[in-house]
Amino acid sequence: MKTLKIEELSKNFGSTEVLRKINLEIDEGNFLVLLGPSGCGKSTLLNIIAGLETINEGNVHIDDYNVSKVEPKDRNIAMVFQSYALYPSMNVRENMIFGLKQAKVSKEKIEEQLEKVSKFLQVDALLERKPSQLSGGQRQRVAIGRALVREPRIFLFDEPLSNLDAKLRVEMRREIKKLHQQLKTTVVYVTHDQTEAMSLGTNIAIMNHGVIQQNDTPENIYNKPSNTFVADFIGSPSMNLIKGNLKESSNKVSFITHGSNIEIPINGYDFKEKSNLDNKEVFFGIRPEHIFFKKSNEEDFEINLRADLSEYIGHEQIMTFNFENQEVLAKFPSTVKIDLSKNTKLFFDLTQISLFDAKTEERI
Amino acid sequence: MQDKTHSSYKQLEQKSKYTNMFLRWFLYFVLVIFALYFIFPLYVMVVTSLKTMEEIRQGTLLTWPSGLNFDSWLVAWGGRGYGAGDTFLKPYFWNSIKMVVPAVFFSTFIGAMAGYVLTKWRFKGDKWVFLFLLFGCFIPYQAILLPMARTLGVLGISNSVIGLVLVHTVYGIPFTTLFFRNFYVSIPSELVKAARIDGAGFFKIFFKILLPVSTPIIVVTIIWQFTQIWNDFLFGSTFSFGEAAPIQVALNNMVLSSTSVKEYNVDMASAIIAGIPTLIVYVLAGKYFIRGLTSGAVKG
Repeated sequence: MKTLKIEELSKNFGSTEVLRKINLEIDEGNFLVLLGPSGCGKSTLLNIIAGLETINEGNVHIDDYNVSKVEPKDRNIAMVFQSYALYPSMNVRENMIFGLKQAKVSKEKIEEQLEKVSKFLQVDALLERKPSQLSGGQRQRVAIGRALVREPRIFLFDEPLSNLDAKLRVEMRREIKKLHQQLKTTVVYVTHDQTEAMSLGTNIAIMNHGVIQQNDTPENIYNKPSNTFVADFIGSPSMNLIKGNLKESSNKVSFITHGSNIEIPINGYDFKEKSNLDNKEVFFGIRPEHIFFKKSNEEDFEINLRADLSEYIGHEQIMTFNFENQEVLAKFPSTVKIDLSKNTKLFFDLTQISLFDAKTEERI
Repeated sequence: MQDKTHSSYKQLEQKSKYTNMFLRWFLYFVLVIFALYFIFPLYVMVVTSLKTMEEIRQGTLLTWPSGLNFDSWLVAWGGRGYGAGDTFLKPYFWNSIKMVVPAVFFSTFIGAMAGYVLTKWRFKGDKWVFLFLLFGCFIPYQAILLPMARTLGVLGISNSVIGLVLVHTVYGIPFTTLFFRNFYVSIPSELVKAARIDGAGFFKIFFKILLPVSTPIIVVTIIWQFTQIWNDFLFGSTFSFGEAAPIQVALNNMVLSSTSVKEYNVDMASAIIAGIPTLIVYVLAGKYFIRGLTSGAVKG
């Protein structure tokens, strides 16, 4: 039984297609992050799961129950919003129990739930305050509390940390992670922040133009991006995508970029399909953090590139190198001194590379 | 600029100080002139209403009255006590109250509802509905007189306070809807979403969530509608006569139809009485008026 299952879901606003044939499943207790640039349809998808938006095609199942036409309040979900959406005229207590009162839960049960949750989230001292008298972090906590008291099957978070300042955001991120560890409730979480997605999710679904590009564990998303969009979207700075061709001779495969005679051997690479590789146009993908200034293991490929630019950011520096007129970025500790405009010896960790078909932009 | 010495900066500082002082005094001067200009008619009205006819004939407009003489006020309010032809404001004042209270209430309430629907329960074509409503703000009063008279006739409520309540309510809805719609647009729709998930329905969300934060705009609407309806003369004089007339119509009749000598003191007192309720509303709720017009939504 899947806690949440979405089948062939499509949604348009007028003539604009927002979601296209979305398929998604979540197991009990998992933390799914919907990640993507703004306008990719992730918030619409979340609203559809909540029942706040109608569906054009497809179905939403919660606990094997088709809820596509069920009212939001009957879906056994709770939602936390970006603007917190606390009812301004009610105090914290009234905010938190509003839903239970609507559901006609008994007074004793309401009090019990309220006490439990408000202690758990440490807002028990704030119960009589109005939302306007709370700080950003407190509001956030009350909003989560309002969701918690309903004891939902699924928690929906809609960019809950975007309104907080950088420091508080990191704190609240950890609190949400702890919360999930303790409660083990299924979560669907929408964000455009990749760090949030990586640190919170057990699964990440990366969306673009209303389509899920890849739905996988954070490790696989990072290490084995399924197309150039994912490769480019995840990581900061993002993965270097060097254009070139493959060359296959006597069972050995190598990569050559245009106008260069350097052959990068890629024998260890785990190809999806090992045929028709010779002369294939590809993107050679390597992350800036997998380029080193000294040899780290035997497999490393040594290459000489000219350093063009250095960006110092405290604990590290981002260097830009020129590889046959294509930019290659690398991340080094800031203690390393590298002269600009001179050729530098670099080492590519070939166990960490990705290859993409230059035409389809899919991983090969 | 780099060769400016310390002393030349001192001079510039002095200069700008004098300029600022001059501008400040000039500002006060202009403000005082305006204030006098606006208060002048009111002064004449109050002073004249407190004079006897004798004093009015002998003095000028600006002369101070010899004493506090409220006789003309009593006459304006309650009449002289002789039967036919004695027009006074009291019954018409209550007509106006009976008209203005329900008309303000209904137009405000309907406007709030409409604004709520237009912003939080979007539907196909809602933009057009809003556009047509806006259109209502620009239709001149005169254009609807005939059709409205016919409507009132068909409904059987012409020449009645109820008829006037209907006219003012209908004519007020475009304005009140505009006010509430613009206010609710700035209240995050996530509030409504949260309430829907919490299980609140259409009316519960309106009464429990939105209405409690609408005080500023409710006050603005009440002041606006009250002033419009209380001061209305055209609808009142067209759709009512005799006993059903509102105060503005009665005031007009009183001032224009007196056959004998013009009693300026009574006229002035009547005019003030007719204007007092709007003044009271402004004084009581004025600070909300400014706040409501300028402030947007409730944050948080």
